[in-house]
Amino acid sequence: MRRLILIAIPYVWLLALFLIPFVIVVKISLSDTALARPPYFPQWDWSLGWAGIKDFFAELDFENFWFLTTDDLYWKAYLSSLRIALISTLMTLLVGFPIAYGMARAPEHWRPTLMMLVILPFWTSFLIRVYSWMGILSQNGLLNALLLGIGVIDEPLIILNTDTAVYIGIVYTYLPFMILPIYAALEKLDGSLLEAAEDLGCSRLSAFWLVTVPLSKQGVIAGCFLVFIPAIGEFVIPSLLGGSETLMIGKVLYEEFFSNRDWPVASAVAVILLLILIIPIVLFQRNQQKQAEAEG
Amino acid sequence: MSKTLIALTAALTVGTAAVAEEVHVYNWSDYIDEELLAKFEEETGIELVYDVFDSNELLETKMLAGGSGYDVVVPTGTFLQRQIMAGSFQPLDKSKLPNAGNLWDVIQKRTDVYDPNGEYSINYMWGTTGIGANVGKVKEALGDDAELNTLSLIFDPAKAEKLAGCGIHLLDAPTEVIPAALTYAGWEGGPDDKSDEALAKAEEVLSAVRPYIQKFHSSEYINALANGDICVALGWSGDVLQARDRAAEADNGVEVTYEVPSEGALMWFDQMAIPVDAPNPDAAHKFLNFILDAQNMAAASNYVYYANGNKASQEYLIEDVIGDTAIYPDDATLENTYTVTPFGPKEQRSLTRLWTKIKSGT
Repeated sequence: MRRLILIAIPYVWLLALFLIPFVIVVKISLSDTALARPPYFPQWDWSLGWAGIKDFFAELDFENFWFLTTDDLYWKAYLSSLRIALISTLMTLLVGFPIAYGMARAPEHWRPTLMMLVILPFWTSFLIRVYSWMGILSQNGLLNALLLGIGVIDEPLIILNTDTAVYIGIVYTYLPFMILPIYAALEKLDGSLLEAAEDLGCSRLSAFWLVTVPLSKQGVIAGCFLVFIPAIGEFVIPSLLGGSETLMIGKVLYEEFFSNRDWPVASAVAVILLLILIIPIVLFQRNQQKQAEAEG
Repeated sequence: MSKTLIALTAALTVGTAAVAEEVHVYNWSDYIDEELLAKFEEETGIELVYDVFDSNELLETKMLAGGSGYDVVVPTGTFLQRQIMAGSFQPLDKSKLPNAGNLWDVIQKRTDVYDPNGEYSINYMWGTTGIGANVGKVKEALGDDAELNTLSLIFDPAKAEKLAGCGIHLLDAPTEVIPAALTYAGWEGGPDDKSDEALAKAEEVLSAVRPYIQKFHSSEYINALANGDICVALGWSGDVLQARDRAAEADNGVEVTYEVPSEGALMWFDQMAIPVDAPNPDAAHKFLNFILDAQNMAAASNYVYYANGNKASQEYLIEDVIGDTAIYPDDATLENTYTVTPFGPKEQRSLTRLWTKIKSGT
């Protein structure tokens, strides 16, 4: 009995916090927009009884999904989000791996401090940290003042309100999510394996490629998913740091919901986004499972 | 265990009973003199919970979703009209608003378009959408005799190209920018024309200058103008005046002006209304009546530098407000303003789509 309850808890959790909200979103995505409160039709009305429920389902259709295919804006936005998320995941990896490597190779008594430094930024609101990047990157901002001051450039660089600023924002924000799993993988790495590789004639570089990199693969994969999945739906970073031409699905979703007041189309956009995200999530899950089996 | 629970429940019940009456007000950010809030609490004994927002869209979403928990909200005219149609507001009980006689007929005549006879709302503040400029930088780019009170600073490609280097910002609000573009083009259907042809014309005007526009944003231009980061913005009167004052305070050599465009300017109205599901409509009326008081309304305007729709308050306004034609335009300028009506759902979709196309090129 106790076991059953224990198993049931995560399922109830999943049902209440994921499945039910998702069903509601799907329901709205099949409705029509209306000037009402809330702004869509049909509404669920218990008082009409069985006939009401039948009418309710008769009103639902896939028109909004069809609409998404008629305008290339949505596909362009999905693709552009995918591109931005992929590139920034790669950049986060390039920055995060050396940091995680350095942390794992640091003397043991330093490591808790280094770990603390990686986590420390979370103590400040995410919004404020992105906001402060606006101050750093703007035309009269800190970065330009510094570069102009030491004479590297003559004209201020225009970084804020471009895609470059979005990449900087995403890499900065999600870096800890990349560092921590890689660090966890590298820390477990048995140093004697590297010694053995060198004894067997490997140079330090090839030992790194042949031993360290494959053994940290799981951490790298976990880190990449943890960055990629939130980055693709990112709204705050592109709207604060990006320019008007930065096209991301999060912004399109916001506009459907707030500017067009078209909750049904907004819900349809969200459902498709979720379907796109399910693929990497399933891959991630499978990867985790394989790893567990390999270790078990 | 159960004893503690009972004690706790008892404490909670007593606590609830002791809580004073509350009224929840949801207004634009930086839009009132906070001393007025304390004064209201003192006069009525009602606890005032004051929250702020910064976009009509955000407020509208809360109104359409329902159950916002607010007693008083402040949408702009066009948004108010649509929300009235959606059934978001309750009619005002005029018997509870004895100060309503203070309202200014000139403004009321214009707000009747959105809310006939003020059945659902009272005017709080109003203003125009016009040109904010960095005087020094514009003159540097266009010559000393450059005019600052014209939409051509933004919509004339020849001028915009010269100003692009120091930066042009537009409001990220198609319902404000499209009418301005139509006004500049002298569109015969008028600035409020929502036909496909009118939108196509606006697109043509905006596409021609799109390469010279740095950003579409509805609040960043305040800081950007004040810091001298940009030289021209299409913005809201009071916001640009705020930038002007900030620059003057910072003494950073930046001089900002606000001008009502000579081609014609959009006039907008922020209206106070009571949501249909307001928890405390009685206190909401008390708050509206408090705001309608001539001296209170004057205090608010004297603080935020926006004009209000309260005739009686004018004798209490400081000279900096009532005497500034950027805030209280003279009759000739008022004649030259226009108002717009809300977009229907279909029109709204074409408008948003057009806006995305202009902004992102997609």
